[in-house]
Amino acid sequence: MDITEFDHHSPIPGTTIFDGKMAMKGYALNKMCYSFNAAEARAAYLADPEGYMETFGLNDEQKQACRDKNVLALIAAGGNIYYLAKFAGIFRLDVQDIGAQQTGMTKEEFKEKLRKAGD
Amino acid sequence: MARILGGLTTSHIPAVGNAIHNGLFDDPYWKPFFDGYPPIRDWLDEHKPDIAINIYNDHGLGFFLDKMPTFAIGAAQEYRNEDEGWGIPQLPPFPGAPELSWHIIESMVEQEFDITSCQELAVDHGFVVPMQLFWPGAPNNPDMPRTIPISANTVQHPIPTLKRALDFGKALRRAIQSYPEDLKVVVLGTGGLSHQLDGERAGFINKDFDQYCMEKIVTDPEALTKISRRELVEKAGAQGTEFLMWMMMRGALGDTVVQRHANYHIPISNTGAGTMLLECVE
Repeated sequence: MDITEFDHHSPIPGTTIFDGKMAMKGYALNKMCYSFNAAEARAAYLADPEGYMETFGLNDEQKQACRDKNVLALIAAGGNIYYLAKFAGIFRLDVQDIGAQQTGMTKEEFKEKLRKAGD
Repeated sequence: MARILGGLTTSHIPAVGNAIHNGLFDDPYWKPFFDGYPPIRDWLDEHKPDIAINIYNDHGLGFFLDKMPTFAIGAAQEYRNEDEGWGIPQLPPFPGAPELSWHIIESMVEQEFDITSCQELAVDHGFVVPMQLFWPGAPNNPDMPRTIPISANTVQHPIPTLKRALDFGKALRRAIQSYPEDLKVVVLGTGGLSHQLDGERAGFINKDFDQYCMEKIVTDPEALTKISRRELVEKAGAQGTEFLMWMMMRGALGDTVVQRHANYHIPISNTGAGTMLLECVE
């Protein structure tokens, strides 16, 4: 069976199931983001992002998504949110910043959406 | 023989670690959340457990996608809290209980749960934030129990089913209860409740589903095993799958429990935050 032709997960709108297919697609990107647990790796990325991405063998789609700090594009390129959070952390972006970016809201609008979930 | 006193649940949101560090206990945003903990601390102060088994999910510190264990059990002398990449202050190491760890590992495999044993395991916010909430000043709180971390995979699908998580807890109960030393044990189930950080659906929180889960986890956890993993993602959000940790905890408490305390608050960061104290009857 060709694994790329087999869909284990029926879609949920606005949600990417990070399964084996995505894990294979995003491996280099996620491995780079995992390295950002270490302060020296974060400094190395900031000093030379292109060289650092090259070291981990990111593809063009992944590199451009990193340059743009575009979370939806990073996810589409195989990024896993737990590792991407470490990438976002380099730029001091928290989960409301990236939530706002992904939903096209301001941070204040996004926080209000969260608050309203309690009503 | 070792005895399980009860189970504790809490969300383990990283922002809580920062709020504790900055002492925001009476801040209007944080107060309704932190107010959920003193009754549990009083209970812990009264019962003084020797061991805290902390069931959490690693978020990309202890494990990477190169080797991703579905169920991992710590077997170390101590557990280091290391840099996760975004500036939460790091805590000193947490003392382990490796003799009990290896007893549990032996027993779990005997019961046909093929787990991964870890003689080194860096623990992230998923492990340390609950410890800080239940034992302020952790790990330097004088009442801090020795600990065993158990991590289940929610990073990468396929994740365990809810039934498997509950069954894991039932096996864990038998493992603990067969340990010859007189130890008082509490089991923590941390993470959740509903939240989704990624995608166009980021910011999804489901109060009705969270409250359903908090009710059924007390009275009828078997009913929750009917929820498929896809349905769990749909109703709890992509990261709400952390509810599996609560199921594992619940399985370890036996058939009947008494709810001593519960608190639920929306939002903390992007999450519906649930806190519970469930006491074992036997």
